[in-house]
Formats: sequence, C-alpha cells, structure tokens
Amino acid sequence: MSLLTFLEWLASTHYSVALHESLFIYPLVESTHVLALTLFVGLAVILDLRLLGIALRGVPVSDLTRRVLPWTKVGFAVMMITGLLLFYAIPVRNYQNIFFRIKIVMLVLAGLNVWIFHNRTERSVAEWDTDPRPPRGARAAAIISLGLWAAIVVSGRMIAYNWFDCDIQPQSDVINWAAGCTVPPK
Amino acid sequence: MSLLPFFEWCEATWIGEAIRGSLWLFPVIEAVHLLGLCVLGGAVLIIDLRLLGLGLRNHPVAQLTRDIRPWLIGSLVVMLSTGTALFLSESIKCYYNTSFWVKITTLPIALLFTFAIRNRIASREGLATTATSKLVGAISLTMWFVVAAAGRWIGFS
Repeated sequence: MSLLTFLEWLASTHYSVALHESLFIYPLVESTHVLALTLFVGLAVILDLRLLGIALRGVPVSDLTRRVLPWTKVGFAVMMITGLLLFYAIPVRNYQNIFFRIKIVMLVLAGLNVWIFHNRTERSVAEWDTDPRPPRGARAAAIISLGLWAAIVVSGRMIAYNWFDCDIQPQSDVINWAAGCTVPPK
Repeated sequence: MSLLPFFEWCEATWIGEAIRGSLWLFPVIEAVHLLGLCVLGGAVLIIDLRLLGLGLRNHPVAQLTRDIRPWLIGSLVVMLSTGTALFLSESIKCYYNTSFWVKITTLPIALLFTFAIRNRIASREGLATTATSKLVGAISLTMWFVVAAAGRWIGFS
C-alpha cells in the first residue's frame, strides 16, 4: 500500500471527516497551534538570541536551558499534537502541498541542528556559560535555528494557500514533481 | 456617529489598494506579522513567567525587564506596522468582524498595562516573587492571550 493510498484511507475515517467539517473544533485546534508558537518558537528565539550574545547577556546560557527550555518543550508538545490533528483533518491535501513538504524537510533539519548543538557544542557549556558572546559553534547553531524556524513558520502559514495545489493545473513540472501530484501526461 | 466612513476611507488608501491588488503581498505581510508574534510572545512570556515565579527565578525581574525591552519594543513595531497594513487591506471586513473589535479594544489596554504598570512594577522587583508580581504577570498573560486569540479569530469569521 502506498503512502498516498494510506492517506486517502485516513481522510475517509470518521474523525478525520468530523474534524475537517467541524465549525469550531478545527479553528480552535488551528488557533492553539498558532498561539503555541509564542511558547515554543518565542522562547526558542530568546535562547538563540542569548547564544548570539544579543539578548539577556547577563543570564548564563545554562540558566536558560535549565529553566526556560522545559517551557519550550511544553510548547513543542502542543505544536506537535495540534499539528498532527491538523494534518489528520486534511491528510491528502497536506501531503500533496509543496509548503507542507518544505516545512517537514526543514523541521528535520531543525531537529538535526538541535541534536548537534546538544551533543557537541553544549558539552563544553561550562567553559563559556557566562560569556556575553558565546563561541562560534554556539552562534552558528543559533543562526541556523533562527533561520530554519522562521522558514518553518512562514511555510506553515503558506500551507493555507492553494496556489500550487494538485487540482490547480497546469503547473510547472517541477511543482508537480515536488508536490507529488499525479497528472495525466500532456 | 458611525465609524464606517472612516473604515471605508482606510480601505480606499493606496496601501490597502496595493495589498488587495497583489496575490502575494497579503500572505507575505501576514507571515511577517506571525514572525513578529513569535518574538513578541517570547519577550512577553519570559517576563510574565518570571513574575509568576517560573522560569528564570534566580535573576531579578528588573534586570530581565531592562534586558528584554529592546526586543519587546522592536517586535511591537513589527506587529503594529504589519497589522496596520493588513487592516488597511480589509478594513470594511474588519468593521463587521466581532473578533476585530475585541482585538482593537484589548490591544491598547494590554499595551498600556505592559508599559505603564507591568514594566514599572517589574523595574522595582528584585529576586523575590511577591503576590503583586504574580498578579501582574497573570493579568499581562491573560491580556496578551486575548489579543492574540482574537487576532487569529479575525480570519475565521
């Protein structure tokens, strides 16, 4: 069974249809997803700005990772749960949406960036914890993180626009390929 | 006196016209509005959590408030300018939109509270978490939540 067939089945399930067609639940889930950005991306931005040495320079980096990161994780959990629900409500359209695909790729890259920072750069945090301007590795991780999250937020917002949807043809071959559209040969 | 003529005038401004006439201008401005929300959210939350006795508890509220101030103001400038542009592009829709009115009345209150009351009290607070600081943090969080939620809801109605 292909992924597309599975998603078509998923779209036909009772709760997917219910969520998709609901008058209030879908907007509520969507709003929660957007407002949780403040908790998740907002606090992640503060940490990144600290790593760049341009905000909260008097606060040791480890204070932020110990006391603020737990809140960021709560925000991330809310983002994931509501995000999965939003996907579940409209699975096929999301899967074949070019902005959704860009978003997923960048989410993976952002996760990789966090993993590398945590397992390499952050290991030596004791040496630069109170430095107003952390070392190059930490600053690089912060810049990459800020760039990726900004792009993720923007592409996430753009999913709502149907400019490149499969049912809007003709599109360029590149778009159709990237969005995974199945179009009859010309 | 009805405010409708004013909203009609807003909608007819060249900025409004330009945004409506473009396929991508509205989405782009809205995306920047959303990015501003992230930074504003972080700047508000880090202080409000601290006022509630959560987060960076081992740092004085006054110091944190002073340090985060440029980011709070900077993100507000982005939010207000992109927000105004979005409003100009659909003023008449906003006029008939309840969420818009909720947002536009709570926003000045939240701004006033943040700068006239919260930041003033925060600049006097040290390491201890007092009943006052908790109350101020809770009020600030609630107000900004209403502003943001009402703002999102403008798009649904």
